[in-house]
Amino acid sequence: MTTVTIDKATRTPKVKYGSMSRDRAWALRWSYFFLVIFAIFFLTPPVYMLITSLKSSAEISAATNPWWVFHPTLENYTSLLTSNQFLRFFWNSAIVSIFVVTITMLISVPAAFALSRMRFWGSATLATGVFLTYLVPETLLFIPLFKMFAVIGDFTGIQLINRWYVLLILYPTLTVPFCTWIMIGYFASIPKELDEAAIIDGASWFQTLTRIFIPVALPGLIAATIFAFTVSWAQFLYPLVFTTSTDQLVMPVGIITTLIKGDVFNWGQIMTGALLGAAPPLIIYAFLMDYYIAGLTAGATKG
Amino acid sequence: MADVVLQPNRAATAKTARKRSSLHNALRRKSTVAFLMTLPLILLIALLVIYPAFYAIHLATLNKSMQRFIGLSNFEFLFKRETFWLVVKQSCIFAITAVIFKAVLGFIIAHFVHNIPARGQRKWRGMLLVPWVIPPAMSTLAWLWLFDPSYSAFNYTLGLFGAGPIPWTGDALWARFSVILVNIWVGAPFFMIMYLAALKSVPEQLYEAAAIDGANWWQRIWYVTLPMMRNIIAITTLFSLIVTFANFDIVRILTAGGPLDHTHIFATWAFRVGIEGSDIPLGASVSLFMVPILAIAAIFILRDVNKRGNEA
Repeated sequence: MTTVTIDKATRTPKVKYGSMSRDRAWALRWSYFFLVIFAIFFLTPPVYMLITSLKSSAEISAATNPWWVFHPTLENYTSLLTSNQFLRFFWNSAIVSIFVVTITMLISVPAAFALSRMRFWGSATLATGVFLTYLVPETLLFIPLFKMFAVIGDFTGIQLINRWYVLLILYPTLTVPFCTWIMIGYFASIPKELDEAAIIDGASWFQTLTRIFIPVALPGLIAATIFAFTVSWAQFLYPLVFTTSTDQLVMPVGIITTLIKGDVFNWGQIMTGALLGAAPPLIIYAFLMDYYIAGLTAGATKG
Repeated sequence: MADVVLQPNRAATAKTARKRSSLHNALRRKSTVAFLMTLPLILLIALLVIYPAFYAIHLATLNKSMQRFIGLSNFEFLFKRETFWLVVKQSCIFAITAVIFKAVLGFIIAHFVHNIPARGQRKWRGMLLVPWVIPPAMSTLAWLWLFDPSYSAFNYTLGLFGAGPIPWTGDALWARFSVILVNIWVGAPFFMIMYLAALKSVPEQLYEAAAIDGANWWQRIWYVTLPMMRNIIAITTLFSLIVTFANFDIVRILTAGGPLDHTHIFATWAFRVGIEGSDIPLGASVSLFMVPILAIAAIFILRDVNKRGNEA
């Protein structure tokens, strides 16, 4: 490629062109070089998880080359996937995530519809409030929420602390604001003529939402669903604070509190657990990457 | 309520009385419907975000057993403790350093991805976003294992080059470095994705015009790319500042605040004091110290997002 451009440059009087394309070729090479370095930096931990998960504990403690598996074995996977405790964590995580996604969508889609299309008193303030709520981190609220639920338990006898379903109340505070926010953006981008036509044809507001808005804004809906799922799957602080019994734990907390026993680290199993815990978001990401990225970038724009 | 909604339609509704009343009813119904649709959202925000936020302020004024009002004594107590000032210092160092590095790295990587031919970009983008997709608690475990005192894969690799073993999480300075490194690893891909989207929206003609004017690559970045991306850079940085400042997972799993509290930040220390030490009022006071910086960042984000909304 370079030789061709050099030839061209020497033959034609337009030397400038030749040097520009040569610059481009070098820029391209440097780009690839640095991208490879960054890819190594970014992919080392997940790859290392995989490497370690295939090792037996004997091989790990032998302290041979950590970057290579000499005797690959699936014993970590079989022991985790046959352990009732681990399957319980997986089950809890799955149930919590699925319920939270459902709750989030049921709350945020109608709210986003109302906020983007049915202007009413205070709707603009509420939209701003939703965005501000999205910026409130969970680390600010976990202590008062913990105390609140303890007080509720004392007064009403409804035990919420140390039950997995308390997470169904807590996670929507993280997912609903963002999902509402990006759904407002997606709904606002739908042409007004569309819902006006529906209303003229005699559709009710509810029908306009389900028959027009949800189908048209489906990409946004998928992006919001993915976001809600990954957030509820990855959440660590709330389950750590609110659940303690091993049968109530979700994946991230379960792996960290049960596989790490005192000072004994069974790294083969920990890495296998971590990889299995990372698998559902990674699989979703692999198949729905464009929606995932659309959801990420939509958060910073106003509809 | 309905009046406000009616305003723009007043001219149309004034035509016939019959029409007005039916429209009026429809609009009245509309605002009721809208209110019902947003009611769950309002309840959620009010009961689970706004109420706990104020409850935290109330809690912060109680004594440890939460029976007596003690005013600002919790704060006085904190101000007298050396650990508290250590936490303040570390939170600032942690957040500022991590955000700067994430922003710069993200910007550089986004440029490289933008440079290569379009059909290869998807693959690279997909690969480089992986750290953001893995739950942070899970990937931090992998880092913890990479940093392991006796089996560290990094130290093994360094050993091949004759460099001494590094106490990644054992020494105060190295532990701070490790925590920030992991945070950069998790967060840089997010910046990369945001900047990449912004880079794509810069019109190609501007670069052509700059090239014709004889601008070199640095001038192209400084006078064309950065001004065009200013808004998205501001939003992303401020957003990341909030998330990083309030970070919990990484520090908790990697060092749990150690060695000797030298990596504690507000969130992890509030957890240590409030939940593990069961001094809920003191924990609430600690976490309240996050509010000012978060509020400032939030105000600026809101301004920028609104500006962005008006531009589009």
